[in-house]
Amino acid sequence: MSGGVLAVLEQRDGALRKVSHEVVTGARRLGDALGGTVDALVLAAGAVGGGADQLGAFGADKVITLTHAAFARYAPEGYSRAIAEHVRAGGYRAVVFAASATGKDLAPRVAARLGVPLAQDVTDVGVESGAVTVVRPVYAGKALLKLKLAASPALVSLRPNVFTPVQRPKAGVAQSAAVDVPGGGGGGGGRVTVREIKAAPAGALDVAEAPIIVSGGRGLKEPANFKILEELAGAFGGAAAVGASRAVVDAGWRPHADQVGQTGKTVSPTLYIAVGISGAIQHLAGMRTAKVIVAINKDKDAPIFKVADYGIVGDLFDVVPKLTDEIRKLHG
Amino acid sequence: MKIAVCIKRVPDSETRVKIAADGKSLDEAGVKFILNPYDEFAVEEALRRKEQAGTGEVVVVALGPAAAQETIRTALAMGADRGVLLQVDRIPADGLEAAKALAAELKGGGYDLILFGKMAIDDYNHQVGPMVAELLDLPCVTTVAHLEIDGARGTAEREVEGGVEVVEFTLPAVLTTDKGLNEPRYPALKGIMAAKKKPLDTKPTRVGQGGLEILALMPPPERKDGKIVGEGAAAVPELVRLLREEAKVL
Repeated sequence: MSGGVLAVLEQRDGALRKVSHEVVTGARRLGDALGGTVDALVLAAGAVGGGADQLGAFGADKVITLTHAAFARYAPEGYSRAIAEHVRAGGYRAVVFAASATGKDLAPRVAARLGVPLAQDVTDVGVESGAVTVVRPVYAGKALLKLKLAASPALVSLRPNVFTPVQRPKAGVAQSAAVDVPGGGGGGGGRVTVREIKAAPAGALDVAEAPIIVSGGRGLKEPANFKILEELAGAFGGAAAVGASRAVVDAGWRPHADQVGQTGKTVSPTLYIAVGISGAIQHLAGMRTAKVIVAINKDKDAPIFKVADYGIVGDLFDVVPKLTDEIRKLHG
Repeated sequence: MKIAVCIKRVPDSETRVKIAADGKSLDEAGVKFILNPYDEFAVEEALRRKEQAGTGEVVVVALGPAAAQETIRTALAMGADRGVLLQVDRIPADGLEAAKALAAELKGGGYDLILFGKMAIDDYNHQVGPMVAELLDLPCVTTVAHLEIDGARGTAEREVEGGVEVVEFTLPAVLTTDKGLNEPRYPALKGIMAAKKKPLDTKPTRVGQGGLEILALMPPPERKDGKIVGEGAAAVPELVRLLREEAKVL
């Protein structure tokens, strides 16, 4: 009860989403600092696969599944009600969500139900003088805000790709429990229903969660030329997504879902390859937390080279296909 | 259709962030403020819905300092009918406190739709819309990029990782808008002139401190100076070697 942390996980089609390991890892970090245990919570229609039985290795002491037929897909009202009730009953000190599309929708609802503050999209968590503290990028990453959450429970959502999952060699197997929620938290057949998820083309990764991003800008000259970036992304064997600058999204070359920058997504991949992107301040703000940045641009004075770890000055139409070949060699 | 749109005054996206002497806030000297870009989609959507219905009212509500009157005038110039400023000295860091103030104003207003931008580009809080929905016990869909409304039922599409979620909801409802929903109009000169005469009600408002305390606003860590590996395709093998052996990311 004292100092317990709840990690709220996500499943899709009955399989745990990968970001869930990051949530458990962040929750464990808070749990250690608060001196409490970590419960992992997942809502589903039934048993959840995708590694739910291995969460102990990432630091979960217990895995709890709240089940109801209406929980097969994200049900905003049923989920938020059931989670808020679980948190109240469990007396948790902190609740950790993923700052995913679902987590960012769900966490504010739970916070309002509990009447406690929420820090979304945090990149660091800690405990100072017994209070949970977080760091979160503001102004699209042009500054970092350090906050103290004075209320209990403290609600936070973790930016994807920042909390690298840590497997603990000595960790035990987590206990597991399934709890049926009568009436689906009152949200089954409620006022808001997710009718379906129209899947993106198979294998398409979201830029917000991809470990590698190959991003293109005006330098690509026309929409069809993004094909060479898709080929480069493909060479990474399913680990890379294609991103885009605001200029090309505004021009209608690429969907908004792919936009990186202040009015798009703020991303933190392991590797960000900026191709034909000059590096407007609002774009740099969206990707400067990438671990490694590579820039390919024909203008040696482009601002993108100021934030890039490695740069190649040259014609992207020569450089990118060569890079694709070299990456394929590594993976072949 | 009666629609409320909650908007926010934010620093322009091209702003270079300078931290104020208190170490906790933005130095606003010389900063240009704009209507939050995501709120433009909300204003535009409200205007289109009213135009389609042929009747109704679009009310713009902002929580903010006196200067946010200017932001409200921008929305009025786009075509909104009237504005309400909930005037505070400073917007609280805790989004729940902002949500409480907005919910108190919106409660009992008889709105069919309450629209928000999906987030503000300054604090990135990403929470006030759904919190207001919870406080008013209204259905809510966030980050809406496509919207159809038929009587008291609506269907919204929102982007999720690897796909698009199709969400059905009932009205009245709270929606937050994403880029892609529509193409916001620019205020025409006629609209700007008309906006000056539209009603704008300023209400001094008290907001709670909330449970979030700002400890510090800090510059992001500087990135180490990078290096130009070389020119053209000939530099690619060296780049790949560096990514493998030095950066260890491949």
